[in-house]
Amino acid sequence: MALLSLREVSKSFGGLIAVKELSLDVEPGSIVSLIGPNGAGKSTVFNLITGIYEPTHGDVVFAGRRLNGLKPNAVCAAGIMRTFQNIRLFAFMTVLENVMVGQHARLKAAVWDGALHTRFASNEDKAADRKAMELLEFVGLEAYTSFWARNLPYGMQRRLEIARALAGEPQLLLLDEPAAGTNPAEKDALMQLVRSIRDRGVTILLIEHDMRLVMGISDEVHVLDYGEKIAQGPPQAVRRNPRVIEAYLGKGA
Amino acid sequence: MSGPRRAFWAVLILIALGLPFIDRNSAHISAYVDTGYIVLLALGLNIIVGYTGLLALGFAAFYAVGAYTYAFFASPQFGMHVSFWLMLAGGGAVSALFGVLLGAPTLRLRGDYLAIVTLGFGEIVPQLLQNLDKYTGGPDGIASIDQPRLFGFSFGFNPVPYYYVCLAVLAISLWLLNNLRHSRLGRAWMAIREDELAAAHMGINTTATKLLAFAMGSAFAGLAGVLLAGKYGAVSPSGFDFNTSIMILAAIVLGGMGNLTGVFVGGIIIGLLNSLLLPQASNLMHALGRFTHIPVLQAVDLNQYRFMVYGGILVLVMLFRPEGLIPSATRRAELRVQHHDAVVTGAGAEHMAAQEPVV
Amino acid sequence: MHQFLQQLINGIALGGVYALIALGYTMVYGIIELINFAHGDVYTLGTYFSLTILALIPLSTITSGPELALVAVAVILLAALLCGIVGVLIERLAYRRLRNAPRLAPLITAIGVSLILENIMQIWKGTSEVPFPQFLPDRWHTVAGVRFDDRSLLVVGISLFFMIALNLFVFRTRLGAAMRATAQDRDAAQLMGINVNSTIAWTFFIGSALAGVAGFVSGLYYGTTFFLNGYQAGLKAFTAAVLGGIGNITGAMLGGFVIGIVEAMTSQYISDQWTSVVVFSILILILVFRPSGLLGEQAPEKV
Ligand SMILES: Nc1ncnc2c1ncn2[C@@H]1O[C@H](COP(=O)(O)OP(=O)(O)OP(=O)(O)O)[C@@H](O)[C@H]1O
Ligand SMILES: [Mg+2]
Repeated sequence: MALLSLREVSKSFGGLIAVKELSLDVEPGSIVSLIGPNGAGKSTVFNLITGIYEPTHGDVVFAGRRLNGLKPNAVCAAGIMRTFQNIRLFAFMTVLENVMVGQHARLKAAVWDGALHTRFASNEDKAADRKAMELLEFVGLEAYTSFWARNLPYGMQRRLEIARALAGEPQLLLLDEPAAGTNPAEKDALMQLVRSIRDRGVTILLIEHDMRLVMGISDEVHVLDYGEKIAQGPPQAVRRNPRVIEAYLGKGA
Repeated sequence: MSGPRRAFWAVLILIALGLPFIDRNSAHISAYVDTGYIVLLALGLNIIVGYTGLLALGFAAFYAVGAYTYAFFASPQFGMHVSFWLMLAGGGAVSALFGVLLGAPTLRLRGDYLAIVTLGFGEIVPQLLQNLDKYTGGPDGIASIDQPRLFGFSFGFNPVPYYYVCLAVLAISLWLLNNLRHSRLGRAWMAIREDELAAAHMGINTTATKLLAFAMGSAFAGLAGVLLAGKYGAVSPSGFDFNTSIMILAAIVLGGMGNLTGVFVGGIIIGLLNSLLLPQASNLMHALGRFTHIPVLQAVDLNQYRFMVYGGILVLVMLFRPEGLIPSATRRAELRVQHHDAVVTGAGAEHMAAQEPVV
Repeated sequence: MHQFLQQLINGIALGGVYALIALGYTMVYGIIELINFAHGDVYTLGTYFSLTILALIPLSTITSGPELALVAVAVILLAALLCGIVGVLIERLAYRRLRNAPRLAPLITAIGVSLILENIMQIWKGTSEVPFPQFLPDRWHTVAGVRFDDRSLLVVGISLFFMIALNLFVFRTRLGAAMRATAQDRDAAQLMGINVNSTIAWTFFIGSALAGVAGFVSGLYYGTTFFLNGYQAGLKAFTAAVLGGIGNITGAMLGGFVIGIVEAMTSQYISDQWTSVVVFSILILILVFRPSGLLGEQAPEKV
């Protein structure tokens, strides 16, 4: 059974139909990519999944559970974490603190545990600290733990967002243009990183404009244009699809 | 804690413990106690404004709720005489409840609207206290409130026992707040301050967490209110107006929003200014005036300039040292950097773009 | 019914004052998204300026109607000019530096400026009520059993005049267009060659000048003022601006009249001491349930 299914999901903003009757399945353990020209509705799909918007029609189903109408924090608790196209780190918290916040849903210390600094809270925090360090090593940021997030270079901020998302122990990770604004070397490293995240057992839904990256790591690719799916399939097939070529060329991309 | 900071607190604790023996003037000791209440209020407001980034303006209303709660439960007004110590918790709880009642519908509002709503609430509460005179005693308030007793000994109007009670409450509060700041909840508060939407995606229930900040901040104000009512044995609406709210805001702005040490110091400075320094300085001026035969000095009342001072603090600190006297490291960076952007305009455009709610 | 009409007249007069103040809040908010907390105090300053200027004029020697009208116009314009200058200075000194800072920051300085203005007025004229010279003849009219005097007429007339003038200005002049453009998108306006700084300064000038007019008018109407007047009046006028949808000029005017009438009716049918509670409860309810204002769904036409 698919981990995530969108079933004829539509979303309109006033007159504009940003996503139109989109159906899409993400199998567990796979890397699925969502591509399409600017303004095609890709980020809107993420926002529909994570509860920023509610679908005008259709259902979002995750691990057999309907997510429509859930708030972002509940979606997170259900096992979906994401990154943002426009990086949204906690800019003036440290790198380590960012990853600690990412674990919020997995930590259990209650208010009084924190206020009284109980043994439970203290142990849990120590464990969270270790886990955050482990994740920062995983994304290669272990040397920057006490930097403010905003002081990291762009590419590292993207990786920090990934580490923060992984801290929530997601079953499904949504990556919105993780390679945007990074150089070719960083892109290669990112490709490796995405693969090894999948190897940790995390399913990935990826939005990306960089075709080399998409073609290199995806198990399946879905193509959106004007909110509608125009193609789907293995990367090589999609790449040769005339409608896809037209959608991209037609926009001069 | 770093070395200097540890030394700072050690010296502070010693001074605090010994103060009533160093300065035996009971009017002074009373002023120190009042200062302590301001610090307590500032610590509460700091949870809301400093940690969570919500500007709440009518904070004195929660102070009033605490004070009147104690007055209702421990005076001839309704013939109830509940123990002061029990009401310390009770007053805090009732204030917290009011915080939740006000916060629940309003916390989703934009920041400056929230400021105005809390301000409106801050106006309504003293008005209600005035108008509902059947219950509240109207403008005269409620008198003959029970004063605290401990081991059969009544505190009465001797400020010294209040001093030590206040000190104990402050010490416990600081300890709790320092723990909270570094806990899961404290990180959630700050995450909300930094980026509420991203915080929600980390699994933080932003509504509940903001509400908790509101409730806890209000509880501190309620606690301060009970202490105040117990100390003076009387309450009236006049002490809980907008000016009081502003005084507390000035304290945390001056000290440094979001930083415990800073807020503590800011509260002490504003508190002392309010209850001791301005009246003292006026007297000094008068004496100087008599000595030099300058009539203007003899008549000057520096208390008149109190709000110029608070207003000046708010404006000057925000313009020139937005992080306050003793800022938290992150808050300093934040306010400075954005300042910098503002000065090097042109970067302004990017900055605006980054703030758009584009996801 | 008779009482009702009487209070309606009072409410409209009062509403004219609130509407004039509300315009300043709404214009400034429309253009820089700041609740200009000091605005209510600029209004009181308008009353203080007016009564100070009036004290310089030998009013007892002036009796003819046209001459009195001339005095009134001169005082209004002067008070408006002075308040306008104060407004521009406040913007320049206290707000401009913080234009791109977190929104808390300018709001806090605005509160500080408000306190400073109040303290200045307190030192200037003391803490007790300050009388406003009554230079108009005490003439009353009765229409359908409702009594009102020249002052009420004048208050409503002056308010309406300035509101119409403002509307013409905002929608018919180049500077008005620049203000609307800046309110819509500051960066785009800048790219189009609009001088954003001076446009914002003009917005403060006009909003504050209108507060000065309101200050004169309310002095005339109430015959007295005091240094803290602007705090509550400002908050009520802000309520009016929110009621009309903040940023919306027409809305602010309507909101002003609504609040004025609500206040007059509350004092008639409930009690004087409940007016603030009622008005601020309206403020809270509106913000909670209809933060875009009463005028409907459409995005407010910003100044
Ligand atoms: N909150 C919103 N209100 C109105 N329109 C919106 C909103 N969010 C997105 N849109 C519109 O929906 C369409 C799809 O936007 P979306 O951000 O999903 O595109 P995208 O495929 O992610 O593009 P890009 O590659 O540029 O990121 C665009 O036309 C956009 O303007
Ligand atoms: Mg996108």
